[in-house]
Amino acid sequence: MSPWARFRADFAASRLALFGLIVLTLILVVALIAPWIAPQNPYDLGKLDLMDARLPPGSAAMDGGLVYRLGTDGQGRDMVSAILYGLRVSLLVGAASGLIAMVIGGGLGIVAAYLGGRFEQVLMRIVDIQLGFPAILVALILIATLGKGVDKVIIALITVQWAYYARTARSAALSERNKEYMDAARGLGLGRASIVLRHLLPNALPPLIVVGTVQIAHAIALEATLSFLGLGLPTTEPSLGLLISNGYEFMLSGKYWISVYPGIALLLTILSINLVGDQLRDVLNPRLAK
Amino acid sequence: MLVTILRRLAQTLLVLAVTSLLVFVGIFMVGDPVEMLVNPQADHEERERVRVEFGLDQPMWVQYGRFIGNALSGDLGNSFVYGRPAIDVILERMPATLELAALAMIIAVVIGIPLGLYAGLKPDGRIARGIMAGSILGFSLPTFWVGLLLIMVFAVQLGWLPSTGRGPTVSALGLNISILHWEGLKHALLPAINLALFKLSLIIRLTRAQVRENVMLDYMRFARAKGLATRRVIGVHLLKNIMIPLVTVIGLELGSVIAFAIVTESIFAWPGMGKLVIDAIFQLDRPVVVAYLLITVALFILINLVVDLLYAVLDPRVR
Amino acid sequence: MSAPLLQVQGLVTEFGTRDGAVRAVNGVSFDLAEGEVLGLVGESGSGKSVTGFSILGLIDPPGRIAAGSIRFEGRELVGAPPEALRRLRGHRIAMIFQDPMMTLNPVLRVDTQMVEAILAHERIPRAQALERCAEALHRVGIASPGERLAQYPHQFSGGMRQRVAIAIALLNRPSLIIADEPTTALDVTVQGQILYEMQQLVRDAGTALIWITHDLAVVAGLAERIAVMYAGRVVEQGSVDAVLDAPLHPYTRGLLDSVPANNPPGIALRQIPGMTPALAQLPPGCAFAPRCSQAAADCSREPAVQRIGAREVRCIRPLQVTAPAAHSSGEARP
Repeated sequence: MSPWARFRADFAASRLALFGLIVLTLILVVALIAPWIAPQNPYDLGKLDLMDARLPPGSAAMDGGLVYRLGTDGQGRDMVSAILYGLRVSLLVGAASGLIAMVIGGGLGIVAAYLGGRFEQVLMRIVDIQLGFPAILVALILIATLGKGVDKVIIALITVQWAYYARTARSAALSERNKEYMDAARGLGLGRASIVLRHLLPNALPPLIVVGTVQIAHAIALEATLSFLGLGLPTTEPSLGLLISNGYEFMLSGKYWISVYPGIALLLTILSINLVGDQLRDVLNPRLAK
Repeated sequence: MLVTILRRLAQTLLVLAVTSLLVFVGIFMVGDPVEMLVNPQADHEERERVRVEFGLDQPMWVQYGRFIGNALSGDLGNSFVYGRPAIDVILERMPATLELAALAMIIAVVIGIPLGLYAGLKPDGRIARGIMAGSILGFSLPTFWVGLLLIMVFAVQLGWLPSTGRGPTVSALGLNISILHWEGLKHALLPAINLALFKLSLIIRLTRAQVRENVMLDYMRFARAKGLATRRVIGVHLLKNIMIPLVTVIGLELGSVIAFAIVTESIFAWPGMGKLVIDAIFQLDRPVVVAYLLITVALFILINLVVDLLYAVLDPRVR
Repeated sequence: MSAPLLQVQGLVTEFGTRDGAVRAVNGVSFDLAEGEVLGLVGESGSGKSVTGFSILGLIDPPGRIAAGSIRFEGRELVGAPPEALRRLRGHRIAMIFQDPMMTLNPVLRVDTQMVEAILAHERIPRAQALERCAEALHRVGIASPGERLAQYPHQFSGGMRQRVAIAIALLNRPSLIIADEPTTALDVTVQGQILYEMQQLVRDAGTALIWITHDLAVVAGLAERIAVMYAGRVVEQGSVDAVLDAPLHPYTRGLLDSVPANNPPGIALRQIPGMTPALAQLPPGCAFAPRCSQAAADCSREPAVQRIGAREVRCIRPLQVTAPAAHSSGEARP
C-alpha cells in the first residue's frame, strides 16, 4: 500500500472521524456558497422587517414572502441566513488567524531548532511564559488595550495561538536536527535554507497540522466567546457568537431558537474539526497508536 | 528546596514587572492617560487639572515609576464606578470566583478521573469508546452556549435550580463561602457544571492517556506477578504513578478555570472577579481592569509554585 | 518417581496483530521436577519469555493461550479461573523480571512493595510481615535491612534492586521460580554474584527454577537441564552436560560454535548465517531450515520430536552423538 493509501485507510478506520470529515466539508461548502443559497441578506438592514421579529421556526413573513425555517431574531432577520453568514465570518476569522499563527509560530519554532543557542533559549522561554497564561486572559488583555474590531480580534487570536505552533515545530525539528544525516548535509555544504526547507520542514509538518486543527477549533470557539461577551467582532458582521448573545435576552421568554440554532451550527463546526484532528493525531503519531 | 522557592519568587517578580509594563504601555500609550484617572464625564478643565496634578505631562518612565511605586504600596488607583481602591473591589469579589472555580474543579476531577481510568483500562469496549466520544463533545461544546442551555433547561423549563446569582453565604476560614450552604450550593451548581465541562473532558483524556502508557510498564506486570488483587494493582500501583502528572495538570488548569470564569460569571450573573472585569471593560473602569490583570497573574504564578512543590512531594525521585 | 512439579504440553500462545495471529509459542512441551533447575535458552523472539508469562497467566489481550496444557502441582492452569491463578502467583509460583529499575514501582517504598506480596496471600499482622521482609533482605545479602525497607527503589543500585526482587520472589516460599533474564541488565561482576547467590538460595529452599536466558554460559553453570527454543518451538531438550557437550540440533550446534570463547583467535568468528525469522513470516516445516547447513527438501515438513534416551530433539537429521570435539571441552563453559 502506498503511504497515502495507508493514511486514508487508517483515517477511515474511525467512523466518528469520517462523520466529522463529512460534516466539516459540508459546513465549508455551505459557508462558501452562502451568498447564493441564503434566502436573505442579513446585513441589508433595509430588507429587514421589524414586524417579522422573533417569529418561531416555520412561520411565514408578514408580507407572505419568505418562510423562516428557523425563525427570526430580535430584528426580523432570517435565522438561516444569519447563521450561514455567521458561519462564514467565524470560519474566516478562525482559519485566517490559525494559518497566520501557524506560519509565524511554526516558522519561529523551526528556525529556533535550527539555530539553537541563545535565540532558541529566549524564544522558548517566551513561549513557556505565554503558554502559562490562559488564552482568554491574553485575548482579554489585548482587546482591552487595543480596542475592538475585526483586525484586533484576529491579532488577538494569532497572539494566543502562535506559541503552541512554535513549541510543536521546534520539538519536531529538534528531533530531526539531532539525526546524523543532518551533519552529513551540513558537511556537504548544503545551504541553510535548503536544509531547513528540505529536511526540517517536512518533519515538522505532520505535528503542526495536528496542532493546527485543534488550534483552529479553539480559535473559532474563542472568537465566538469574545463576540458573545461583546468584545469580539462588531455587530456589522455578526459572527455566531454575537447571534447567540443577541438571543440571550429572549431565552427566558421561551424564544429559544435565536440562541440555540446558531449554537448548534457553532458546535457542529468545532466538533467536526476536533473529530478530524483527533483521528489525524492518532494516525500521524505512531507512538500513541493503541 | 529553598533555592527553588527563591528562584521562583524572582521569576514571579520578573513576570509581574513585564506584565505591568505591557499593561501600562498598552493603556497609557494607546489611550489618553487622563482617562485612566478621571470620570469619563469630566469636562476639559477637570482633565487639565488632573493632568498636571498627576504629573501626566512627565516623561513616560517617570510615570511608570510612580505607577510601580504606588502599586508596591498596594495602591492601583481608585475604581471610577465604585469610587474605592480598585484592589479592594477585586479582592472582595475574589472568594466568589475562587469557590466557583474550586467547585468546578472538584466536579471535573471526581467525575473525570474514574471515567478516564475506566476508558484506559478497557479501551476497546463500547463504554470506553462512548466515554472518549463524549469527551470530544465535551471540549467542543462552546461553554457560553452550554450555559444558556443549562439555564433554559434546568432553571426555566424544569425549575430545579436557580438561574442566576450567588446564594447565601456561610462564614468559614475567615471568608464568606456560599457552597457550604445548601441554598448556596444550588445556586453554584449550574455555573460550576458549566465551567467544569471543558476541564472534565480534558481530565478524562489525560487520565486515559496516562493509564494506557503505564499499564504496559514492567512494574504493573510485576505487581500482578506477585499475586496482588486487581483492585490494589490499579488503586495503589497505577494510581500513585499517574497522580503525579495528573496533579500537575489539574493545578495548572485551576488557573485557567479561574480565568474562564469570566464567561460563566457573565451568563449566570455570578458576582465574582470575572463579571467585575467584563463590566469594567465596558464601563472603561480601567483601574479595575489593571488590578484584575495583575492580581490574576500573581495568582497564576502562585498556583504554579504550589504545583511544583506538590510535584516534589508526590514524586520521591525528585526529593 | 513422583509426578513432575510442572508439565507443559503443546502450549500455543498467540498474539493478534494487524496482519493476523502470530504464534509466539508454537507447541512447547517440557516437564520440570521438584527442585530442578531448567535453563530455557533462545535468542530474542524465540518465545522464551512468553512461555514464562504463559505459565503465570500473564498474557494480556491481544495475546491469548490458544491451545495446550500447563499442569502445576497437578492442577490445570490453562483456562483456570482468574482468582485461582492470582492465588498461585507470588505464592506457589514467583517470577523475577529482567530490568529491576522498571519492575519495582518507583513511587512506592520497598517495604510497601514487599509486605503487600505477603499480605496478598496470608492474613498476618503487618509487623510480622515486616519482620519476614527484613529477614528475606538479609538472606539475599542486603545490609541493614531495617533502614533499606523504608527507602525507595531509586535509592538502590541495580544489583541491589535485583536482590530485592529475588527476596520478594522467595518471600512466600514458592515451589517454582521463573527468572526471565534477571542478570542481563546488570554489570558483569554483579551478574556472577547474583547467579551464585540464586543457586544457593534455590538449592537451600528446594525451589524449582526456570532460568530464561539467551546466554549459554550462564545456563551452563547453573542448570541441570536445558531446553533450547527457536521461533516458538523447543528444538532440543536434555541434561546440560549432554546438550552442551554433544548438541543434536544444528541450531544448538550453531549457538555453541558462535560463542566467542569457543573460537580460536585470529580466525573469523563462526556465525549462524541469516537472521532470526519474523514470526509472521515463518516458512512451512522446520523454522530453522533456511539457515541450516544440512537442510534438504524434506525439511519443508514439520519435524516431529525425536526421543534419544533422556533427550529430545526436533530435527529429522539430528547430529551424530560423537565424542566432544577437541576445542570445545573445557571452553564451552567459561
